[in-house]
Amino acid sequence: MKAVDETATRMLDRLQGERPGDASDWIAGLRRDAVARFAEMGLPNQRIEDWKYTSTKAIAKRDFARPDAAGATADANRIEALRVPDLDAHRLVFINGHYAAALSDGEMTDDAVRVRNLAQVLAEDPDALKDRLADAAPADFSGFTALNTAFAEDGAVIEIAADRRVERPIELLFVSTLRDEAIAAHPRILIDAAHHGEATIIEHYVGMDDPQNLTNAVTEVHLAEGARVAHYRVQRESRKGFHIGSVHVNQAANSRLEQHNVQIGAALCRTDINTALNAEGAETLYNGLYLVNGRQHVDTHTRINHNQPNTTSEEAYRGILDGYARGVFNGRVYVAPHAQKTAAYQSNDNLLLSGKAEIDTKPELEIYADDVVCTHGATVGQLDTRALFYLRSRGVDHETARGLLLYAFAEAAIERMGVEPLRNWLQGFVIEELPHADRLQEFV
Amino acid sequence: MAANVEEFVTQRYKQGFITDIETDTVPPGLNEDVIRLISHKKGEPEFMLDWRLKAYRHWLTMTEPNWAHVHYPPIDFQDISYYSAPKSREQQNAEAPQSLDEVDPKLLETYEKLGIPLHEQEKLAGVAVDAVFDSVSVTTTFKDKLAEAGVIFCSMSEALQEHPELVEQYIGSVVPYTDNFYAGLNSAVFTDGSFVYVPEGVTCPMELSTYFRINEAKTGQFERTLIIAEKGSYVSYLEGCTAPQRDENQLHAAVVELIAHEDATIKYSTVQNWYPGDEEGKGGIYNFVTKRGEARGDRSKVTWTQVETGSAITMKYPGCVLTGNDSVGEFYSVAVTSNYQQADTGTKMVHVGRNTRSTVVAKGISAMQGEQSYRGLVKILPSATGARNYTQCDSMLIGDQCGAHTFPYIEVKEPGAVVEHEASTSKVSDEQLFYCRQRGISEEDAVNLIVNGFCKDVFRELPMEFAVEAQALLGVTLEGAVG
Repeated sequence: MKAVDETATRMLDRLQGERPGDASDWIAGLRRDAVARFAEMGLPNQRIEDWKYTSTKAIAKRDFARPDAAGATADANRIEALRVPDLDAHRLVFINGHYAAALSDGEMTDDAVRVRNLAQVLAEDPDALKDRLADAAPADFSGFTALNTAFAEDGAVIEIAADRRVERPIELLFVSTLRDEAIAAHPRILIDAAHHGEATIIEHYVGMDDPQNLTNAVTEVHLAEGARVAHYRVQRESRKGFHIGSVHVNQAANSRLEQHNVQIGAALCRTDINTALNAEGAETLYNGLYLVNGRQHVDTHTRINHNQPNTTSEEAYRGILDGYARGVFNGRVYVAPHAQKTAAYQSNDNLLLSGKAEIDTKPELEIYADDVVCTHGATVGQLDTRALFYLRSRGVDHETARGLLLYAFAEAAIERMGVEPLRNWLQGFVIEELPHADRLQEFV
Repeated sequence: MAANVEEFVTQRYKQGFITDIETDTVPPGLNEDVIRLISHKKGEPEFMLDWRLKAYRHWLTMTEPNWAHVHYPPIDFQDISYYSAPKSREQQNAEAPQSLDEVDPKLLETYEKLGIPLHEQEKLAGVAVDAVFDSVSVTTTFKDKLAEAGVIFCSMSEALQEHPELVEQYIGSVVPYTDNFYAGLNSAVFTDGSFVYVPEGVTCPMELSTYFRINEAKTGQFERTLIIAEKGSYVSYLEGCTAPQRDENQLHAAVVELIAHEDATIKYSTVQNWYPGDEEGKGGIYNFVTKRGEARGDRSKVTWTQVETGSAITMKYPGCVLTGNDSVGEFYSVAVTSNYQQADTGTKMVHVGRNTRSTVVAKGISAMQGEQSYRGLVKILPSATGARNYTQCDSMLIGDQCGAHTFPYIEVKEPGAVVEHEASTSKVSDEQLFYCRQRGISEEDAVNLIVNGFCKDVFRELPMEFAVEAQALLGVTLEGAVG
């Protein structure tokens, strides 16, 4: 990152003209501004309240190269193995941030949805992105967002038509591979749902062969009136890699967002999920699960802005931490003045399985209206000894009983997910992680 | 309801009178000479001056905290007078009055107005009162009775004369001068405060109480309270605060340190009713205090109970450091913000010892344009196996222009710990109001009833006579705020 940190402007100049979108004045301007913002802000440090518990030094001291589009190939069978099994989805595959056409289902255009890769849109139709790119996610949200805005070359643009329901989920598979040098990818995803459009979108980040890469992704979602989008974010990066991601959503009247955030991989993972409920009747569900061990560090910051009356949000995050892992959760609910009849529920439950694991949780409420019902709760603890005793007294051995309870804890988050193949796969994944997986299978 | 709002707005701050007494006030400004002067005037031992100067030099390197959810214009620390004493006392050659008869009658009158007639208290209530007027302690009632039990209850200045070894041993041991900006400032310039020492095995025979009052214009009040409970002892302490009604803002930056040894219990209650400023948010006290108790010995216990209805701006986080095994920390708080009051308050519970337990119950009521934040920290260190924390913070909003915020920090490094945090924000529900109204209770009374019910968990932790006062205070502060 040193190279980017100190010479971001020079790097941008050097790349000028090489990348899709550079020909467009407004895209080039956007990139230049973002570099300027980054030069001002730099990478976030722990003196910033939002980064109090997460150090970016490990990222700052490394050099990350820019992957070239030509290297975006991989063995098709291996990619297939990374997918969510049995998931019938329209799929785009990205290798180190670049669209891999050979591995993907390709552009999709029908009366319900148009799915394209960002590089193509940047090159052929950059004006289509005007007022949409960097709208929900301002470049100065954080140093990482600025970097992404300056250096994003590829990603996906998904446009959902009015009054249509997209039947098949759309899966965006981002694979980070092992190269001679560590690389940084800055994928950018744009999701735009017209009024009463419906779709399910899965962002899936996977590391292959333990690379020490950085993925710095930004997703922007616009939901028009009555639109319903289920957005999944499944992060299974390499245990040596770094993952920074943010999702920024603007919601119009009566729209509904479901945001499922699963964090399993990466040495250091930070996600920011932000939603603005900008009109009456807008509704949001946040559902999160993080499972970490070893020396992993997982940090989630969420924000829900209730900007108008009669909006509803529900948030539930669960985490299991083992080994030396450290979890950070910061959930913020903001209720603007006059946003009456807001209902906001938030909870964060954590299990600490080892003496060296740590959790720092902070559920925040910031409320400027009086006729509201807002609650939040956070718990940290171990498995319920009474539940353990119940199972033990029925002849279940200690390890299996423990496994069952852990499974049940995670299942509360998994069962909220509407995509069945994803649910099945995650359940299997959780069981695999637990001791005596074979015995657990008998029970569940 | 409009008439009620009117009534509320015209509701005067009942303690807003000014007492006309000749005072000995040091001109505004802060430098090493002022600190030397304060120390000299009080005839302090050498170590105290050294400590003050160290604190001052460190304070110069510190910056004002700006993370709290409050807004105020910058404070000019050179525009504050750091020492103000009623002159009559000075004329007595710095000798503390021996009995109430020697106290300036005008001062006594002030306390009468505040509702703490010292004579009466001495006779009836059985509460020993140490009254701090501006910067110096005026009188301590009941001293003899306490001395019989071996309890030392006196002003900080007196303690420095008579028990310097105790002060030297304990001062700054819970809140060092490096702790934060305002604690640093206090350490350099504190002028008086209370000192309590309860010897081993003694249960303090009565409730101890201090009344603080800022009278002089352009002065700050920097008192320092130190309470030490030896092995197996018990003490309950209450402080009350008021100030006259003035247009400018006055700074109150106190430090309170509590030390509970093995099996000792300290119960510290506060009813804070500093002048909150007028209905346009003009004037009022900035209440930036540092309060911390250390449950140092095994099985010791520190309880904070606070009712915060005053001050223009409050930044206050009474905390407990639970060092001893099986020690207990408790925090019960009711904070009310009305008009343009702002409060950023909460607690810190730091679990160090094994099987330590803490309970936090914080109730916030925000009315008119009041802004209120609960900011709390629960920290479980790896050594605190079996630690347990329960936190509940509820906010009640009255009116659509107020704010209520919650910022709870929970840091857990111990898997055996169980930490629970619950919070809710709501208004006085229409159903509850309707239920009361339907049974012939007036709207005003109904709201009072509901609000008092909301605060009940905290009020019942207060000593009896103060619980009554607190309820009355709450009623006055919120009068007519509901419609």
